[in-house]
Amino acid sequence: MATQHSRSAARLMLAPAVVLLLGWMLVPLTMTLYFSFKKYLPLRGDTISGGLDWVGFENYSRFIGSSAFWPSVQATLLIVGSVLVITLVLGVLLALLLDQPMWGQGIVRILVISPFFVMPTVSALVWKNMFMDPVNGILAHLWNFFGAEPVQWLSQASMESIILIVSWQWLPFATLILLTAIQSLDSEQLEASEMDGAPILKRFWFIILPHMSRAMAVVILIQTIFLLSIFAEIFVTTGGAFGTKTLTYLIFQRVLESQNIGLGSAGGVYAIILANIVAIFLMRIVGKNLDK
Amino acid sequence: MGQIVLSKVQKKFGDTEVIPPLDLRIEDGEFTVFVGPSGCGKSTLLRLIAGLEDVSSGSIQIDGKEAADLPPSKRGLAMVFQSYALYPHMTVRKNIAFPLRMAKMDKAEIDKRVDGAASVLNLTDYLDRRPGQLSGGQRQRVAIGRAIVREPSAFLFDEPLSNLDAALRMGMRLEISELHKRLDTTMVYVTHDQVEAMTMADKIVVLSAGIIEQVGSPLELYHSPKNVFVAGFIGSPKMNLIGGEVAASHGAHTIGVRPEHIDVSAATDGGQDGKWTGVVGVSEHLGSDSFFHIHETGLGDMITVRAGGEVGFTRGDRINLTPRADMIHKFDEQGNRIA
Repeated sequence: MATQHSRSAARLMLAPAVVLLLGWMLVPLTMTLYFSFKKYLPLRGDTISGGLDWVGFENYSRFIGSSAFWPSVQATLLIVGSVLVITLVLGVLLALLLDQPMWGQGIVRILVISPFFVMPTVSALVWKNMFMDPVNGILAHLWNFFGAEPVQWLSQASMESIILIVSWQWLPFATLILLTAIQSLDSEQLEASEMDGAPILKRFWFIILPHMSRAMAVVILIQTIFLLSIFAEIFVTTGGAFGTKTLTYLIFQRVLESQNIGLGSAGGVYAIILANIVAIFLMRIVGKNLDK
Repeated sequence: MGQIVLSKVQKKFGDTEVIPPLDLRIEDGEFTVFVGPSGCGKSTLLRLIAGLEDVSSGSIQIDGKEAADLPPSKRGLAMVFQSYALYPHMTVRKNIAFPLRMAKMDKAEIDKRVDGAASVLNLTDYLDRRPGQLSGGQRQRVAIGRAIVREPSAFLFDEPLSNLDAALRMGMRLEISELHKRLDTTMVYVTHDQVEAMTMADKIVVLSAGIIEQVGSPLELYHSPKNVFVAGFIGSPKMNLIGGEVAASHGAHTIGVRPEHIDVSAATDGGQDGKWTGVVGVSEHLGSDSFFHIHETGLGDMITVRAGGEVGFTRGDRINLTPRADMIHKFDEQGNRIA
């Protein structure tokens, strides 16, 4: 029973948290917006205390006009899309497999989930040096064993390599969520569909998959949020070369390699817009699932 | 057609024998109820018939054809589950149509059958809703609808009414009986509720620990229970089972008298005009009937009697009890009926 008093007291008590969160988000956002309209090149002697020149939308048009912009947007979407498809498909299959009663189930489940505990930087380095190294990597040895020429993964198939690494990291997450979804399926429903004459594939298509749709929606939403901003995997492997430069990486280069804070900030605003476009599409497709 | 014959059917889970070899014959068009306390194997038996469990040995014949090795969908049976097992993401129409879609029937025929089933079950107004938007009774009817559209040779019900409240349960009991009369199809029904069994069945199969204790019509079981277990299980309140000297005087190890077969009268001035005497404990007045729990009878356990609603004994009254002589059931040391 919330009275007028208790409600205002509640607001008062919530205020510090709300102010903190707002500050946390609003300060960087306003600074980014502010810098994006300024010429700010620290190496050329621009300082905030010395005053920055107002340049209008020049940073925005330069960022979008750069030959690296559209390829970076494409690379971002390609990575997000591919990783989503791979993790969902394999996640569903793995979840089905792990749901089967088997010997050593607990240990197998922990092993499956463990890649998620490895830091992105570490896992990318492990992949780069232990798997994909064209001389010493396990994959190179495998190729040699079969008498083939080892693939120089990160330079010849760089996009595929990064998608592989990122999928490997996120597959456990998808598997875990989908596994809990499968486990919550009422076994009588499966038996009923079996009696109704649905063979195993149709049971999967008509009963198991719709049951998992909500969990899949959650996986898609959460993964998209994190995948739009992947950075470490690219930084330690290709360094943005060979067409693997994502929007996040491009902004990093503009700010830290070219030391152009104004231009990078404009890129940051574009990244916000891109994330929102993706979010709107996703909510349209996936949000319906969450309503039910 | 829907004759089901089980012969030497046995089920083991690992080393535990859940159902020792048993034989059972269910005739075409019969309403058969499996009844027994929980864990007696009645649901397992139904699932064996349905094909959801594999028999360890023995044969199941459905309409004269060996079915023990057939998958569930090929046995021509339809099942209604305890949890209804409706598909939550499909509308009522799609739920009912699902088995027909799986049988690759053409669209027009599916619509015709679904509409037919819906009108029989009063579901026409709910066809576009999802199961989550329906009440318990309506969900139950959708589950039945999904079973009847297939026109199976027999229906299997696994405790279908146990999730409903008392009033709805009575209504659905009637509806299922009606349905049986109208469709004239074999039905096998599992329940732990002996009232459901008595009211609905043509034939009751009483099970205990996987063994068939007795098979017969409701009244046969009521009037001549084959053993102590059936005697105690069928009838409500439970039959009074009395051992000791009293039983010996009837030439039996145990005698049983149903609560409704004991006449009661007030014991004025402590006189002994009844056969037995006792003191009233708890009394339950239902209006139409009254149940009295009688203590200090010298017969061992407490005795339950059922009298008319107008009989008004209260706690502490001393009363006389007279069992009707022709209604006393006698059992030997093994618990079997003495004819």
